[in-house]
Amino acid sequence: MKEGKPLWKGVPERLSHELKSVMEKLSLGGQLVQYLFTGVTVGSIYGMVALGFNIIYNVTEMINFAQGEFVMLGGLIMVLCAKVLPLPMAFCVTVAAVTAIGAIMERSTINPLKNTTVLTLIIVTIAVSILLKGIAMFIWGKDPYMMQPFSGTEPLHLFGAAIQTQAFWVLGISGIVVLLLTLFFRKARYGKAMLACADNAEAARLVGIKVNLMVLLSFALSAAIGAAAGAVITPISLMEYDRGALLGLKGFGAAVLGGLGSFSGAVVAGLLLGVVESLCAGFVSSGYKDAVALLLLLLVLFVRPSGLFGNVEASKIKKF
Amino acid sequence: MEPRQHQPSELLHVDSLEKSFGGIRALQGLTFGVPAGAIKAVIGPNGAGKTTLFNLVTGILLPTGGIISLNGETISGRRPQEIARLGVSRTFQNVLLFGRMTVLENVMVGRHTRSQASVLSAGLRLPWMRREELRIRAWAMEHLEFVGLADRFQERAGNLPLGEQKLLEVARALATEPKILLLDEPAGGLNTRETERLAELIRRIRGQGITVVLVEHDMNLVMDVSDDIVVISFGQKIAEGKPREIKRHPAVIEAYLGEEGDYANGAGQRV
Amino acid sequence: MSRGNLITLSAVVLLLILFPVLVANVEAISHYLDVMVFVGIFSLITMGLSLLMGYAGQISLGHAAFFGLGAYTSGILCVKVAVSPWLAMVGGTLVTAVVAYGVGVPSLKLKGHYLAMATLGFGVIVNIVFNEEVELTGGPSGLSNIPGLKLFGLPLRGELLFYILVWSMVLLVLIFCLNVIHSRVGRALRSIHDSEVAADAMGVETARYKVMIFVLSAVLASLAGSLYAHYVGFLSPSSFNLLFSIRLVMMVVVGGMHSLWGALLGTWLLTFLGNEWLHVFKDFDILVYGAILLFVVMALPEGLVSVVPRLSHMWRRGRESEGGTGGT
Repeated sequence: MKEGKPLWKGVPERLSHELKSVMEKLSLGGQLVQYLFTGVTVGSIYGMVALGFNIIYNVTEMINFAQGEFVMLGGLIMVLCAKVLPLPMAFCVTVAAVTAIGAIMERSTINPLKNTTVLTLIIVTIAVSILLKGIAMFIWGKDPYMMQPFSGTEPLHLFGAAIQTQAFWVLGISGIVVLLLTLFFRKARYGKAMLACADNAEAARLVGIKVNLMVLLSFALSAAIGAAAGAVITPISLMEYDRGALLGLKGFGAAVLGGLGSFSGAVVAGLLLGVVESLCAGFVSSGYKDAVALLLLLLVLFVRPSGLFGNVEASKIKKF
Repeated sequence: MEPRQHQPSELLHVDSLEKSFGGIRALQGLTFGVPAGAIKAVIGPNGAGKTTLFNLVTGILLPTGGIISLNGETISGRRPQEIARLGVSRTFQNVLLFGRMTVLENVMVGRHTRSQASVLSAGLRLPWMRREELRIRAWAMEHLEFVGLADRFQERAGNLPLGEQKLLEVARALATEPKILLLDEPAGGLNTRETERLAELIRRIRGQGITVVLVEHDMNLVMDVSDDIVVISFGQKIAEGKPREIKRHPAVIEAYLGEEGDYANGAGQRV
Repeated sequence: MSRGNLITLSAVVLLLILFPVLVANVEAISHYLDVMVFVGIFSLITMGLSLLMGYAGQISLGHAAFFGLGAYTSGILCVKVAVSPWLAMVGGTLVTAVVAYGVGVPSLKLKGHYLAMATLGFGVIVNIVFNEEVELTGGPSGLSNIPGLKLFGLPLRGELLFYILVWSMVLLVLIFCLNVIHSRVGRALRSIHDSEVAADAMGVETARYKVMIFVLSAVLASLAGSLYAHYVGFLSPSSFNLLFSIRLVMMVVVGGMHSLWGALLGTWLLTFLGNEWLHVFKDFDILVYGAILLFVVMALPEGLVSVVPRLSHMWRRGRESEGGTGGT
């Protein structure tokens, strides 16, 4: 309830003053554009985290509580790489490094657990997330890291709003990620095999798909997406070692909102969550912006666990 | 197969029962009754809807249509706990024991609806709670003896061999003091000797005044113990009658002969 | 109570009596009494969590919120309304019970990951409220000057008196919980964990029991929060954040969630590790902490207490074989 409230209250008064209103409305419009744009930018990050959740969920029916740590690692490794490498190289190295971390995580902690319970899986991925956080804190310390935007600090003026050019990078990269994923699952042999595991692991195994390998692949893939998200968002939001949990939670919110397992739902819900959060931060209270996203998550979980866009019947077939 | 009126001597009555899962109709207009004190078998090919029937009667699933009544009182639509309290108990096809609890504790859970202790009285170990606990224990031991598992009472339930797990499930169900006991494939996975002992146990249960409904594939057992048989196939009743009538019933013979073919074609969906 | 529990309980009581004497005589660890007070406070929470997770099979990643609700209600009532601390404590448990019921009813319809995320989200929301409602809670800079407790007009100053108070409560709650486990209620809870369908069929009101144990564990957390508020005298939202919720769960899991003794063991170990021993590792501490957790969870999924029966089994076997060879 800081800068936002008087503005909200003041709207009717301003309308009565003809001249003033034009000015204010313009700036209000400008603010709206600003908030919407910020929302879409942040939302596309949530969407990417949600995609990461979905990929693993679809193959294994488990939630990886360390998903947010991939984003954090992506951001921090990118900061490191960008100092010594040209940007495109740094980006590739970052994604590759985090992908490897995701793969190592699966091989060393998920794969050895056979016939385990949901509770154990939750605990194990949480333990991994603490470990990753600990490693990050050891390497980078507790302070947030800054990074130069990919193409200059000069903001772009659009519809009365000042927009950071990095936002376009975020949107562009997430667009490319969504496109590549779609192609991968539609066309690539491995992509189709992964979807088959999602459908019915037993049947997939019978037709000769290596489910084991697909699980590994799902962790690697969602780590890669998380890394990409972290790398592009860091110039806007900074990054520190303990950012992962909240990012993961909101990404999960988006995944649930969109219907767990649905890729298009995840993206749409991520954007929606980002916009709602950003509007709330702008017009209501910046302190409560995180709470709004989470309240939305709780509401969806309580009222419609299959997600806003999910299929109720389909969600019943899933194990939980 | 026109709907029959509920007869006063019938303990359980199922009237035009319907259940669909999405587009699949697991039960279609099933109607039959179980007289008090009888042993009634429900048979049919795999996927006929027998387990679905049990899940509907015990309230685990809600029917899409039709009425189930116990002693003339409608029980369909009620929660499983209420139905259990009213005197319907069951065992499960795939054995659902409380695997980490002891054999005795499993049967003691069966006394849940017939005892009162709350968190507070249990936490404080009030004298009446301790007396109740002793009664529960004695009752449970009695039922373990009834099925012949008394000497295994301290074992972890999950460690018992399948045959004994099935007996334990029966003891647990009996501990609830049911009016009617639903046995879902009790002989599945048992050897001949164990099945013979099971037949004798079922008769003794009836001897206690408990009505028994039996879903079973072992035809020897079914023909041996049951007074009455109802045959269902693809969710519909195709025959009902005494064991020797069922043996010769053309529709039943056809259904069972057709089973293999249907199964190979994948049409026999497992319920 | 079973013989095993009685023996363990006696041993624990003996250790608890000896501990202050031992600590008082060794300069280097004299502050361990203070750490033990925190172990006691956290044990109240983890015992409840153990009932919820290990016995009823439901997870909560939001118990720091209930701990915080108890602490802040106590703190606010004492500081802003000048209510007596004991009354404030009761107020805290009431507020927490109502909130826990409100959250528990819809949450516990969810299973597995959904339940984990719902409770996690709830915990984060409550933490944001602690941060944002500056007028009530003091916001990020905290709520200070919370009065200490008095017993029969005697102020409970110093660690020793608080140690006695907190651990007496822990023992009472422990006995209460042990009694609950070995009763109709405990059997109902455990039956839900093993097979909810079978529990339903046996007439166990599964939904009601899940909510009940959730509320009970929340109330215990709230009680711990009130004690914490009056012991420390200062509250800041960071003590009740997501990380703390996760630490609580880890205490239960590392010790062994299928046993109340495990919860106590885990709480003791992780509190000493986190507050004392891991400081040697300086910046490594979270890393080492995470590594320990991962190791225990992977190598001993039943927790540290599961080692005890195995060890005693080995010991007995060892003795038998010794007797066999050395007999002639």
